[in-house]
Formats: sequence, structure tokens, C-alpha cells
Amino acid sequence: MTNNENQAIIALEHVVKRFPSGKTWFTALKDINLTLGRGEFAGLVGPSGSGKTTLLNLVGSLDSASEGRVDVLGMDVGKMNAKKSATLRKKHLGFIFQTYNLMPVYTVYENVEFPLLLLKEKAGKRRKAVMEALEWLGIESKAKSKPARLSGGECQRVAIARAMVKKPEIVLADEPTANLDAENSHHILQTMEQLNRELGTTFLFATHDEKVIKYLKRKIRLFDGKVAADEIIQS
Amino acid sequence: MTAIKLAYRNLIGAGLRTWLNVIVLSFSFVMIIWMKGMLDGWDRQARIDSIEWETGGGQYWHENYDPYDPFTFEDSHAPLTPEQENLWQKGKLVPVLITRGTIYPGGRMQNIVIKGIDVNQKLLSIPTARLDTSVYGIPAVVGSNMAQNSRLKKGDRVVVRWRDANGTFDADEVVITGIFNTTVPSIDAGQIWIPLKDLQRMTLLENEATLLVRDNTEAPMPAFAGWKFMEQDELLKDIETIIKSKTAGTSVFYMILLLLALLVIFDTQVLSVFRRQKEIGTYVAMGMTKKEVVTLFTVEGGMHAVLAVVVGAVYGIPLFIQQSTQGISFGLSGQDIGITMAETLYPLYSMELVISTIFIIVVATTFVSFIPARKISGMNPTEAIKGKIQ
Repeated sequence: MTNNENQAIIALEHVVKRFPSGKTWFTALKDINLTLGRGEFAGLVGPSGSGKTTLLNLVGSLDSASEGRVDVLGMDVGKMNAKKSATLRKKHLGFIFQTYNLMPVYTVYENVEFPLLLLKEKAGKRRKAVMEALEWLGIESKAKSKPARLSGGECQRVAIARAMVKKPEIVLADEPTANLDAENSHHILQTMEQLNRELGTTFLFATHDEKVIKYLKRKIRLFDGKVAADEIIQS
Repeated sequence: MTAIKLAYRNLIGAGLRTWLNVIVLSFSFVMIIWMKGMLDGWDRQARIDSIEWETGGGQYWHENYDPYDPFTFEDSHAPLTPEQENLWQKGKLVPVLITRGTIYPGGRMQNIVIKGIDVNQKLLSIPTARLDTSVYGIPAVVGSNMAQNSRLKKGDRVVVRWRDANGTFDADEVVITGIFNTTVPSIDAGQIWIPLKDLQRMTLLENEATLLVRDNTEAPMPAFAGWKFMEQDELLKDIETIIKSKTAGTSVFYMILLLLALLVIFDTQVLSVFRRQKEIGTYVAMGMTKKEVVTLFTVEGGMHAVLAVVVGAVYGIPLFIQQSTQGISFGLSGQDIGITMAETLYPLYSMELVISTIFIIVVATTFVSFIPARKISGMNPTEAIKGKIQ
């Protein structure tokens, strides 16, 4: 880890997450303790049902822990009200989803512009930032297209551009390559790696895709809701 | 502001679905304004015509006079006071004497009301100047409805019989010197208008009148003993009652129209909340609170009404302008249906009408959009992101 990475940006202490399952409870995460530093390119890896997405949702303040504490950027997300956690997501977090989750009625440009509209950025600043993001991802020629006219790889690039356009501190990516072929997956991962390197953005993946795992600098293996291994890859 | 911007973007992006809803809603808008405008126009025309032809600025009725009971006519007259005569000479009052009578057009017997009016009066639109003529017999003018029903035409002579103040029957011949068209059936059907002096002479009621029509001004008028003053609004009450009942009937029609349009919006919103769960989850992940998403969906629904105003204006304004200047002809007049209504109606589209209709529809649309949108606040965003139906 670099000095920069030593600054804890995400910290989980004794986190437990339970879901109701009929008359009983299903424990998805069991006593998770984890710290991620700024600028890390880490992944939660493990089979389906191991708790990867649940953990990602807790970090993204989309869900709350049943027990324990989740700190993101030094803030206890468990104690935040809806407005504060929305502000955290709006200002500091970027999300990339397996199924892209682009707004079907918006053009590529409008999809990428969306987070900046929520931040109430001025039109000129928005335009500059959107065009810059589209250029990073090599999709500026698709700016006026609607998602329905794009390939899966292009859609995921738009999703990455949307996540990155506001230059968030943390990007949470849930199975970002699951719907992509090998070539597109590598291209996307190279792009994200480059963004991590150049912008210092922390990336946290949830994946069981070997193609992604190869790119990770830190693999946090989850199994049955517990951290089974936490491995830092030396490059 | 962001919600408005995003809602507009979502609606425009949705394309045909939005425009279909907007067109249906705009049709409701235009229909409601059109129908209400027509009733308002009718109301205005009926009031103006009634004032010009019958009521003036109000009427002094002899205390026994009841227009709905012809048997009161015999006892409902009194001599004019010097003050009343003075006001008559100044053109501020027009005396009218009323009695029952019978005419025999073509050998048929027809009960009528005979009304005597000053031939020089200018206060009412009844063409009394046509009574100021020299003919053998009593000059009379009748309305076109009366002329049609009695098969009378200008120049016809017809025997008229009446009773004088002593109850004695007498008869003479009247000459139809004019037939007038009016939209006010209550001065036309079953009545003839003759010179006041003639009727006073015929009934032996020299210088007497049944009612006095006052001018249509705000100038103060004295009270006269033995006469009750009927305010203009009181005299126009019947018209307003008819129009109110028509308005109520029409309201049912446009309520149905509005409900149909609102149902379309409601359906669209229900479908949107159901179909756009992934989008809703994404909005939350991007940093919107559920409350903000509910607001966005509500604004989206309400904005249908705003777009409908714009679309409605595109075809509605030329239509309204054309109709308020050219009028709408229904091919029948008030005479045919017994109420004050012109053959050509000129709708009245007031700003108040337009603004109140817009306000009602925008509020109603926003409300029906809010009802399904509320469901969003109960959604789990982590499930919504995946598009799992909740």
C-alpha cells in the first residue's frame, strides 16, 4: 500500500447483516472486519450467495447493517438519515451495475450528465465534464445515441462514464463484466484500472469473474458471509 | 427545479407514450373550456337580451301583479303618480299595462296577453315605433314566435276581444304593423303589443299601468307606495336557474371527460412505477432520496397537464377565437325551446375560466400521479436496482 492508500476510506467493524427468511432470519454477513485505503483497486470475490453484493450495498449506504459499524469517508453510514446517506452517494460514490442500469429514455450524453444534474452543477461545467468522461471511455461519438442502440460493452462504458463523471472518491462495481464478452471485459477493466491510477479513485468490485479477479490488486475472499481471505497482490 | 428538469427530460424521452397521454388530456382541457365558454356566452347573451328587451334596469310591479297568474291582471294596475309621469317623460321609466284578451286569427280562438306600451319609448328594444302609425284599427306588433303560431303576418287584421275595468267584454280589430325577432320568449309567446294609450282607452284605465320598467343605470330611484321594486337580478333569476341546471348537467359530461383523462394518467403512472423499478433503484443509488424520486414521478405526471396546456393551446386558441367571433349556430333558437337563447351563440372564454380550468386539471393530474408514486417510498432500493418486482 502507498501512503495514500493507508488512509482508511472504508472501514467495517463487526458487521452483521441479517435478512428475514420466512419465520426465521438468514445471516448474509457474519462479523465482517475490513478496511480499505484511498486509491485501492480491490474486489470482493466469492461464489454466489457469499455476501458480496450485500457488503457492497452496505458500503454504498443503500442498506444498513444489522449489527456493527460501517464507516465510509469517516462517516458512520448506519447513523445517517436518508437525506445524509443520499448526499453521500450523490457526492462521493459512483455505482456500476451488472445490467448497466442506464436510463432508457435518455441519450448517452444525458445519462452521463445525470449525476451532475443532481449535484446542481452549472451547464458549462456539466458539458465539459461529460465530454471529458465520454472521451476517457472512447464513446464520444455515441453521445446522442440512446442505450437501446448500443452494444453491451458500450453500455457498460456509458455506465462507467456516469459513475466517474463527478470524480467520486469511491466506485462500487457489482459484477461489472458479467454481461460482457472477454474482449469487452478486458477493455473495460483496463479503463477502470487507468482511471484508478490517474484519478486515484478507490474501486471496490463484487465479482466472481476470473477476468476481473486477474486485474485486482487486492482480493477479499468471502465465503458463507465471512472474510475467508484478504490478499494483496504485489505488482 | 432539478425535478422539473428531469421530469421534462423523462417525458420527452418517453416519446409517443407521453404524447398520447398529453393529447387525451389536452382534449379534455379544450372540451371543458369550450363547453363552459359556451354556457358563459349563453349566460351573457341571455342576460343582455333580457335586459334590453324586457327587464331594463329593474321593474316596479303593482303590488298585486303576478306574471305567472293572469287572473291577477284585472286587479294589478294603478294610476301613475305625477312623479312617475315625470320620470316617464324623462325616459327613465316605461309604463306597461297588461290585460288578458282573446284573438281570432283565421277563425280560431287564441287566448293572449295584451300589453300596452308607450310608442315613443327607447328603453326597451321592442320596436314600438312601428305602433306609431296611422291605420284603421289598433296597431300591434308581435314577436316572430307569436306570428308563426298564430299564422299572422305584417298587415294582417285580427279581431281582439278583452274586458274593460268594469268587466264588460269589448272587441275591435288590430292591425299587425310589425313583427320582431327576439331571443326572449317571455315577451313574444302568446302576447301582442299595442300602444299604451289605446289599451288604457280600451280598458277604461286612463293613465294606469301594471308595471314600470326602469332604465338600466345605477341612478337612484324613489320607492312608490303600492308598487314593489323588482331588482334586475331577481328578474333574471329564472335565466340563471336554467343556465345553472344546464351547467350542472354539462359538468357531469366534463367530469366524465376529465376522469377518463385522469385514468389514463393514473394508469401510466402505475405502469411507470411497476416498469421503472430498476430506474427508481438507480435514482436512489445516484443520490436521490426516495422522497425526491416520489416528487420526480409526481412532477412527471403533473407535467402531462402542463404539456397538455401547451398542446391544447395550439389547436384550442384558434378554435376559441374563431368561435367567439363567428359564433356557433345550433339551428334552433330559444323560441323553439322556450328559453332565452339566440340562434347563434357567442361563447365567452374569460381568463378566469381558462385559468381555473387549467388549475383544476393540473392539480387533479398531479394528485392522481402522486397516488401510485407513493409506492416508491416503500421500495427497497437494493431490490429495485436489480429490477426485482416489489
